[in-house]
Amino acid sequence: MKLIVAIIRSEKLNDVLEALFKAEVRGLSISRIQGHGGEMEQVETYRGTTVKMELSEKVRLEIGVSDHFVEPTVQAIMEGARTGEVGDGKIFVLPVEKVYRIRTGEQDTAAVTPVS
Amino acid sequence: MKNLRMPLFLLALLGSLAFAEDLEFSAADTAWMLVATGLVLLMTPALAFFYGGLVRSKNALNTMMMSFSALGFVAVAWALLGYSLALSGEGNFIGDLRYLFLNNVGLENKGAIADISIPHMLWMIFQGTFAIITAALISGAVVERMRFPAFLLFITLWSLFVYAPLAKWVWGGGFLADLGAWDFAGGTVVHINSGMAALAAALVLGARKDFGRQAILPHNVPFVLLGAALLWFGWFGFNAGSAWAASATAGLALTNTILAPAATVVAWSLIDLRRTGRVTAVGLATAIVVGLVVITPAAAFVSPLFALAMGAIGAFPSYYVLLWRARSSLDDSLDVFAVHGVGGITGAILTGVFAQESVNGLFNGLIAGNPAQVLIQAFAALIAVVFSLTVTFVLLKLVGAITPLKATLKEEGVGMDITQHGEEAYTSGEGAILVRSETPMPVARPKPAGGTD
Repeated sequence: MKLIVAIIRSEKLNDVLEALFKAEVRGLSISRIQGHGGEMEQVETYRGTTVKMELSEKVRLEIGVSDHFVEPTVQAIMEGARTGEVGDGKIFVLPVEKVYRIRTGEQDTAAVTPVS
Repeated sequence: MKNLRMPLFLLALLGSLAFAEDLEFSAADTAWMLVATGLVLLMTPALAFFYGGLVRSKNALNTMMMSFSALGFVAVAWALLGYSLALSGEGNFIGDLRYLFLNNVGLENKGAIADISIPHMLWMIFQGTFAIITAALISGAVVERMRFPAFLLFITLWSLFVYAPLAKWVWGGGFLADLGAWDFAGGTVVHINSGMAALAAALVLGARKDFGRQAILPHNVPFVLLGAALLWFGWFGFNAGSAWAASATAGLALTNTILAPAATVVAWSLIDLRRTGRVTAVGLATAIVVGLVVITPAAAFVSPLFALAMGAIGAFPSYYVLLWRARSSLDDSLDVFAVHGVGGITGAILTGVFAQESVNGLFNGLIAGNPAQVLIQAFAALIAVVFSLTVTFVLLKLVGAITPLKATLKEEGVGMDITQHGEEAYTSGEGAILVRSETPMPVARPKPAGGTD
């Protein structure tokens, strides 16, 4: 099993969710985060005070998958999140030692297989 | 505001035999109109909250700025030229330039196109507040995608070339007034006009990129309710102020301005309840505005009981057009057409149904045995529909030839607040670095190990 952590543009979240849904990846968590990825800073002005926004709003996805789902999941995120400009984000694939489904006590691959 | 015959009626009510051209200056009327002007002006920031709450948070400022900027751009256009085009001269179609740059607009209660008991200047600026809110109303159809500079140019020109002529036809002694169509406070000039302009604008601009692909939800429903409350409050100036006097007529108009939306709220809630089992807050706020729109042309022409009837009946067309619109491909984002266009047409026609001479001293509608009035009202509404749709369409094409109307897909994605204004409605300030001069400071970027790029 792997844990896929992806950091993407907030405005691409919907496209990514759509792509994941098409790839039949179910079960994920998202969180709103702030980050910096070398993209151009955004300049904002408030009553004469000019500021550079060094951190921009991003979304982090966390998806636990069984091994044969890693490739389709990564492809779906790439496809949904890419604009071609700096700041599109990153995908990390992490090894996972153990997975439990709390409701049933199922473990590992059984625990990350979607309930149909 | 009403047609020019109204002052004659006020005189009749007062039992005065004075000539129509010679109303006495009235301190009481002036006091009320000072307040009413402030009330109508408040409707535009109120609209900013109403619309601002309905959009996504990344577009909240841009949406509110569309209303707020009308307070500047349309007011200036009105003072310099719009007032003269709308409310001067003997012509049937457009005014002349006698009040250009506010020439000949004094503090006497004389010199205006209508017979008034308040300073001409006060009357001019009271009318100006109507032009401002009307232009701001259109913004609901183009939010979340229209480039701000293009919007500014559009509403300024629109207030001169669409609003002013229509105001002339209905209120400035133009041909719609001569036809015998009645519009007490602006059902045709303000609401049918802005509703149709909104429809044209939505068609020219096209839909938002996310429209029909994902749910686009209101980001702050309490703002929507706040906006509806302030709109209702301001509407007392709009309708009761349109008597131009602290008069019995104003009392009737204010009563109807409370009762009609009240009936719309009840009817709307019951439709909601029957259809979905729940009464919604956004629905209730919308119902208030629909009721206000419907009663506007009839505010001092119908009895309070018929105002209740108009409010209740008026809920149905707007409710169902709104439902249809949401499923269609028409991205009139905040339903200006369903609320103001359809509500305005309903109000104009129902004015011809429920008006009674025994109430207004002027004319009868269908219910009092004058069915022809319904046709006259419908005909005037039809002319406003055709005029506003076509001229707004052409005007937007012209503006589009000068400067792009629509933001790019990327700008739309990031949000209009950041891309159009360089500001955010809700910012934590985290990661914001102060820039002290034009040349960027050598700041150390926070680049933690294992950063995301």
